[in-house]
Amino acid sequence: MFKNNKEVKLGFYGPPNAGKTSLANRICKDFTGEEIGSVSKVPHETRKVQFKEKVEISYKGKKMVFKMVDTPGIATKIDYEDFLKYKMSKKDAKDRAKEATQGVIESIKWLDDMDMVVVVLDAVENPYNQVNITIIGNLVARKIPVLIVANKIDLKKADIKKIEAAFPEYDVIGISAKFGENLEEFYESIFRLSKKV
Amino acid sequence: MDKKRGKSLGKIKGFSIQFLPYSEIKELGSDARLKRILGIILDNNLLILQGRLSSSEETRLIGDTMAMIGHIKDFKGIELAVISGGEQESILGRMTKGIANILAGGDFSAITIIGPASIVKEIKRNPRKIELLLNR
Repeated sequence: MFKNNKEVKLGFYGPPNAGKTSLANRICKDFTGEEIGSVSKVPHETRKVQFKEKVEISYKGKKMVFKMVDTPGIATKIDYEDFLKYKMSKKDAKDRAKEATQGVIESIKWLDDMDMVVVVLDAVENPYNQVNITIIGNLVARKIPVLIVANKIDLKKADIKKIEAAFPEYDVIGISAKFGENLEEFYESIFRLSKKV
Repeated sequence: MDKKRGKSLGKIKGFSIQFLPYSEIKELGSDARLKRILGIILDNNLLILQGRLSSSEETRLIGDTMAMIGHIKDFKGIELAVISGGEQESILGRMTKGIANILAGGDFSAITIIGPASIVKEIKRNPRKIELLLNR
């Protein structure tokens, strides 16, 4: 369906702090030399949808051009008081919370526009979270191809098997976006998934 | 809920648990269905819904409640969980079946729990159990 010169819109979705921007940065840096956005330990660092156009990914002689779409983390609740523990002023925390709620709404709106989606999950966290199920359910309903990434496999408590058990219908690729671990398998999966677009 | 946490429930004030049979919302369109559910949640109730919403309705519920944060006093969003029958099936298998059932008139084997985040601190779940942690 997509010729070489057509950009495939590749969305990065998932809960806050799972590493969506870290992974998008890693890919953009590898193939364009530039990052897509800033990362932080404070949740909801990405509060607006970020793009990087014409990212040509080359892997084992294959090439595809993507429009990378990095989205704010989707959550069902946002409390400004949660940000105060990161030594943020009350005003900054409230502003961040307000922007984060708008970010969630923006992420949801963008679901319709994706050609394929990487759902980034934190391999340390419990995957049986309704947000994860709702996001993937929406993508299934829209017939958008999905790849699940279990990020942070460099951490001791990471449990990819738990994610595989929760979503057995999907390929689950364990990676560390921070250290660039297992990205070969990730790119392999991206090219395989693009055939379903 | 485990016994230790159950002992502290007496300290929680100002909410009730409402059970909503699916037949009550079956004939409603998506807008009216979500409005009914939001009305219950915003009234500081923990809602136990027979059946489940479609994934697009769940997403709309998340989006709509996000838009209310900052505009409704003390509202911080919701906690949401769907429990389905068929323990041997995967989440998505059950979910896909659930959507099909909803289209056909409701997945009665599922139960949806929705509560305001000011009351429900967290819903912990795994394939074998669901645990509701309430704010004190």
